[in-house]
Amino acid sequence: MWVLRLIGKNAARHKLRSLLTIFGLALAVVAFGVITTALNAWNTQIELIPPDRLVTRHAVSYTFSLPLSYKDRIEQVAGVERVAYANWFGGLYQNDPKNFFANYAIGPEDGIELYPEFVVPEDQKRAYYEDRTGCIAGQKIVDKFGWKIGDVIRLTGQIYPGDWDFTLRGIYRGAEVGTDETSLIFHWKYLDERVGQMFPGWSGQAGWFVVKIADPAAAARVCADIDELFRNSSAQTLTETEKAFSIGFISGLDAIVVMLKVISYLILGVIFLVLANTMLMSARERTNEYALLKTLGFGPFRLAGLIVGESLAIAAMGGLLGILLTFPAAEALGRVMSTFITVMAVKGGTVIMAMFFALLVGILSAVFPTIRALRMPIVDGLRHIG
Amino acid sequence: MRIPLKYSIRNLLARRLTTAFTVFGITLVVFVFAGVLMLAQGLKQTLISSGSADNVVVIRAGSGSEMQSFVSRDQAAVIRTLPEIALDSDGEPLVAGELVIILNKDRRTTAKMANITLRGVEPGSFALRPNVRIFEGRSFERGKTEVIAGRRAADNFKGCGLGETFDFGNTKWTVVGVFDAAGSAFENELWGDVDMVMPAAGRPVYSSMLFRMQQPETFAVMRDRVKADPRMKVEIKREKQYYAEQTQATATFIEALGLTVTIIFSLGATIGAMITMYGAVANRTREIATMRALGFLRRNVLAVFLIEAVVISTVGGLIGLAGASFLQLMTISTTNWDTFSEITFNFRLSPEIAIGTMLFAMLMGILGGFLPAVRAARIRIVDALRAE
Amino acid sequence: MSNPLVTVKSVSKIYRRDSLEIPVLNNIHLEIPEGEFLALMGPSGSGKTTLLNLIAGLDRPSTGQIDVGGIRIDSLREKELARWRSRNVGFIFQFYNLLPVLSAFENVELPLLLTGLSRKERADHVKFALKVVGLEDRMQHLPRQLSGGQEQRVAIARALVTDPKIILADEPTGDLDKVSAEEIMNLLSRLNHEYKKTIIMVTHDPRAAEKAHIRRYLDKGELV
Repeated sequence: MWVLRLIGKNAARHKLRSLLTIFGLALAVVAFGVITTALNAWNTQIELIPPDRLVTRHAVSYTFSLPLSYKDRIEQVAGVERVAYANWFGGLYQNDPKNFFANYAIGPEDGIELYPEFVVPEDQKRAYYEDRTGCIAGQKIVDKFGWKIGDVIRLTGQIYPGDWDFTLRGIYRGAEVGTDETSLIFHWKYLDERVGQMFPGWSGQAGWFVVKIADPAAAARVCADIDELFRNSSAQTLTETEKAFSIGFISGLDAIVVMLKVISYLILGVIFLVLANTMLMSARERTNEYALLKTLGFGPFRLAGLIVGESLAIAAMGGLLGILLTFPAAEALGRVMSTFITVMAVKGGTVIMAMFFALLVGILSAVFPTIRALRMPIVDGLRHIG
Repeated sequence: MRIPLKYSIRNLLARRLTTAFTVFGITLVVFVFAGVLMLAQGLKQTLISSGSADNVVVIRAGSGSEMQSFVSRDQAAVIRTLPEIALDSDGEPLVAGELVIILNKDRRTTAKMANITLRGVEPGSFALRPNVRIFEGRSFERGKTEVIAGRRAADNFKGCGLGETFDFGNTKWTVVGVFDAAGSAFENELWGDVDMVMPAAGRPVYSSMLFRMQQPETFAVMRDRVKADPRMKVEIKREKQYYAEQTQATATFIEALGLTVTIIFSLGATIGAMITMYGAVANRTREIATMRALGFLRRNVLAVFLIEAVVISTVGGLIGLAGASFLQLMTISTTNWDTFSEITFNFRLSPEIAIGTMLFAMLMGILGGFLPAVRAARIRIVDALRAE
Repeated sequence: MSNPLVTVKSVSKIYRRDSLEIPVLNNIHLEIPEGEFLALMGPSGSGKTTLLNLIAGLDRPSTGQIDVGGIRIDSLREKELARWRSRNVGFIFQFYNLLPVLSAFENVELPLLLTGLSRKERADHVKFALKVVGLEDRMQHLPRQLSGGQEQRVAIARALVTDPKIILADEPTGDLDKVSAEEIMNLLSRLNHEYKKTIIMVTHDPRAAEKAHIRRYLDKGELV
């Protein structure tokens, strides 16, 4: 106990330096936490995808569409419970690329039932089913743009030209933290009708099929069965679990992910350098004090404990402060980056990792000063002036 | 600066380990800072070099890029007959209609699939893009399902190397040549006869039209006239501007995330420098008071410590920049958010980035050294001489 | 006394620490002629170092006037004081106060950097000063390579090098052994006799005080 008080007094003696060290560590921890959270954000969304959904798309490229007639045939496959279909609409709100959010046309009317992780109140769902030009949007974008139920939302089509008006009939929330709440969905029939008017012969096309299966364990077999169905058709299919599909989708960002990971390690390096530097300076000043303690009978273990203890105390405080600051920082960044990262939620794992690294750095930073203090002959130490 | 520089330098060297730690902290920050900027620059460079100053791109109105665009044969016909189009040596107009298709292909190195662009082109496409040069094999024959592959596409994707084949639209396509494109985005593409790509893709339209102007100054007039035609719901842009806009989202993302994080942890390193400088001041209180007693002014003392901080950060900056310059040996592949296709590019160090980075490093030194230097300058001579 | 070099008139000094007022000097009158070798003595806390600091222009009196060489230094502003010090005062401290990273030569050269002398002129002055204190052969040594007595001699050379009007010494032998202390005091005597330097020395070492012409005593802030 007395040792703790000594540690506290030592740290307090150079209040400014201790505070600066803590703050410097905290900042680096925030940077680390933000990056880790950004990296997690992509993974989280994928982890939350239910394992009993498959995606069937055109084998050549998901930018090619499939005939709607495939739906009935897919539904016949053993193990398939329900099939829905969707087209990426890619419309812009207020014609401003900065307002980007995902928007899809989904069919049939109640296709949204295949997405139990999107929770919509029953009355809103019904209103949506009954409104041909209705849409349902996620809570986050509703908040961002200040929409209310009944508002008309105009999207400028990037792929399907022209202005498209939808009436907001429902707002969905994610069933769990980390579920995307930034998408907008509307009826596929509405899209198909207008496409038929504008470009006759281009209607009846689905971007991809969403397949709900009874047993997730049978996923591989069902995928193979579905693709076998269309092997000799003009439009061949590739079916995989939605999880695999999403992973493949963002795998192109691999390089960025690696870059972010590298940066996070460099940040840890900076954390170490800042704390190690402080401990070095602190230990140097206290050279004759440590020599004095040795003459009083402090064994090497106690002395090491003193130094390591001080280092850990500072590291812990810096880590804690950094973790606390990470939450608002991640949120702020999440708002700025909302086009790319839909959820910036700081996970428990990140907190633990940050604390672990902070403490690890705390111990490593004490190594050099401890060795120096233990090795120095008492006589030299007593003679040392600051 | 009456107090000699050697005083500062020798003091930095006297506390070798502390100085080294502080310098190295700055090095790490500068390395990341320069790296992020070089990454964004490399991305922009690749796409910008894809655009020529005299060429004009025509895409559908409201589409952000040729990926989302379609130009009908009727509209194409109008474009082909524009009087502003330059003529080649045979007196033919330099114009081409192109169709871009995104294909999912397996990468050679990782097990993951990625997007690659198949561009259906016309003979004019080659004339309009003189930096495209076939260096292996031959060009594709019109009327055949043959393609030539850009250098990076051939290197990175299965089935895209010389002599390899892949399936598309129920037919087999053969890679008969490999081309170089001066580091531009085309090196990630496969090029084939547009009249063969269209039926294979089931798309009877072009994605875009490309042509060269006889008199580039007449661009605005030409554009307004064409757009005034109600049949022509198109966007007409200079090719350079078109490509510059393509990188926006990805480059912005890289810069925003990278720089935000860098600035946060640069504050950490700056605080590290501040701690070191405070330590230096505390250590040399007597010396400072002695110099003031001898007649040196407060501002002389301030300058000494400020200079020491800046020397630390400048050295750290130079090492970090040197390290970052080696990143130019690396190649990065990633998905371009705007076009959804894969793009390969390098880190690129420009003089602006080098200068900006060094200024950033020096700024860290100034910020970190300022308060300690002020403290040094405010030391009361009498108290410091008395103190132990 | 006709035109003393230093005139201290009705000088008091009160230190303010937090809300406390600590009187250190009380109504000091002192005249020091040119060429004098004065020892200020007294118990610790008597204010002798404070008085020295005031005469040196390192601090300002709370009340009263201080005149050195015809200049009222109590009314000079900080920058002017600094300049005045650089030209008129040489310091010798108990702990030498040499800059550890500079050689003996460079330490002695330091005050000359405030003048407009050229490099060669500065070098000449430095060499001369080091010759006077007998350390020519150790010009390039760093302070840590010198003994205590040698360090103090370098400090004296530094105090000399600008040819100041007065030399102020605060416990110059305080940290030295008997032999070195003797050497230093002999050196100071020489400076006073041969080079006619006015020296004001604070000390509580009676042996050191013996070398001075005059001894004045301070107790509880007053000259007795």
